[in-house]
Amino acid sequence: MDAATITSWMREIDVAVRAERDHLVQLDAAIGDGDHGTNMVRGFEAVVQALDSDSGAPPGKLLILAGRTLVSTVGGASGPLWGSALRAGGRTLGDQPTFDGPQLVEVLAAALASVRDLGTATVGDKTMVDALEPAVDTLRGRLNDGASVERALGDAAAAAEAGMRATIPLQARKGRASYLGERSVGHQDPGATSTALIVRALQKAVGPVD
Amino acid sequence: MAVETNLMRKFLNDPAKVVKESLAGLAAAHPDLLRYDAEAQILVRKDAPKKGKVALISGGGSGHEPLHGGFVGLGMLDAACPGEVFTSPVPAQMLAATKAVDGGVGVVHIVKNYTGDVLNFKLAAEDAADEGIKVTSVVIDDDVAVQDSLYTAGRRGVGATVLAEKIAGAAAEAGADLTKVTDTVKRVNESSRSFGVALSSCIPPASRKFIFDLPEGQIELGIGIHGEPGRRRAPLGTANETVDIMVEAVVSDLKPKKGTRVLAFVNGMGATPLLELYLLYGEVDAKLRAAGLEPVRNLVGSYITSLEMAGASLTVLALDDELTRLWDARVHTPALRWGV
Repeated sequence: MDAATITSWMREIDVAVRAERDHLVQLDAAIGDGDHGTNMVRGFEAVVQALDSDSGAPPGKLLILAGRTLVSTVGGASGPLWGSALRAGGRTLGDQPTFDGPQLVEVLAAALASVRDLGTATVGDKTMVDALEPAVDTLRGRLNDGASVERALGDAAAAAEAGMRATIPLQARKGRASYLGERSVGHQDPGATSTALIVRALQKAVGPVD
Repeated sequence: MAVETNLMRKFLNDPAKVVKESLAGLAAAHPDLLRYDAEAQILVRKDAPKKGKVALISGGGSGHEPLHGGFVGLGMLDAACPGEVFTSPVPAQMLAATKAVDGGVGVVHIVKNYTGDVLNFKLAAEDAADEGIKVTSVVIDDDVAVQDSLYTAGRRGVGATVLAEKIAGAAAEAGADLTKVTDTVKRVNESSRSFGVALSSCIPPASRKFIFDLPEGQIELGIGIHGEPGRRRAPLGTANETVDIMVEAVVSDLKPKKGTRVLAFVNGMGATPLLELYLLYGEVDAKLRAAGLEPVRNLVGSYITSLEMAGASLTVLALDDELTRLWDARVHTPALRWGV
């Protein structure tokens, strides 16, 4: 995997959030203020443009550039959270031109640690962490079991999607949804939903399972 | 084929440009008070930076006008950072605003307690520190509808934001130092409590429909300022009954001693007419007095709104002589003007 993988990943996210924008807005309207879809589309459109104009950089630097771009365009809580996540992930790769499965785990683990640190959420709070943490754990576990990166990412994306659905019965303890108290129960979290899209996009960028 | 109901009863051109065009209009209306830097996406007091004066900035999502841009001017904010509708602004805006207003003796960031605002302002304060500017930040969290606990994102910053910007702005205008201005913001926050109710949601331009549907005859209790549902829904009673709920919520949390002089702020959420806001104020005044409090100052109008939400919020601030004096001090901004 290399810089092209990162560029592909960001393009896949851009495509996915555009396709799901109205759904994300609707989820966010139920337990928030309805701007999540619009914000993510704006951010990843800017990321794709930014990466297009920096084609020579190694993968780590591209992730950092993507993170900075998200911070400066998304706004809301998602900007700083995903921005810091991708920057932290990018820093683990330094200047190396390629990376393997275990290094990808470190990228995502650093991203997760940054989100948990900045947002102080843990699994069960009904946030993006509910999708991201199972994805990271699954990716690590499946690679340790000897699975290929493609297969491990497929399982990680499925775990993120399961985590996303698992937010439905939860009462929100972080973010705007937490103001609703019990009324947040029964609604899928928009942040976890876009996170599952992001993990699935990574799986698509790396390649299909043969 | 589904029939689409057009609920976009709005004055706009391209929905994606609503914020920029509105800010340009605000600046065109008040060129003596402020300027709009479209590149940095900030509003700055016309005579900034004022050397030797502590500066105050705030910001947040658009859609709450006149908060914050309408409060830029003498005696209140030195700059405002508007995000997209209901979306926190980005750190670059707050950094640009901080640099534009820095008079060499520090800048206070007034931050409403929402995850996005807190995170973006935090990143900006770090950037400002990197550039050698002394920044202090105060988080406003006056809303009593949410319990501040391990299980929530904390209490929302609502009506007290307006009061803090006015009162601390006066302190800064009078030459108070950074510590004093910062403490003044904190004191206003700690001495204020708010509670809001809604009779409708609102329609962000990008989404084109109400964020949630509220049937007639129902009221949302414990709302915020982003069109989101409140803590609970109840049958809508009389204004007298509604104000009972609002005053009880605020006073039972603030617990002011009998005889305390207060400022009562009845705020419109955007679509509620002044006819109703003053009716509510009459009820508020009577009930605060019945509770043993003395409303010696007030503010009635739509100052921290949620687009076209029909609704109202009550903020009660327990005053002392200094806060009263600072409230009375002159101010000249698009939305608040007295003494000049």
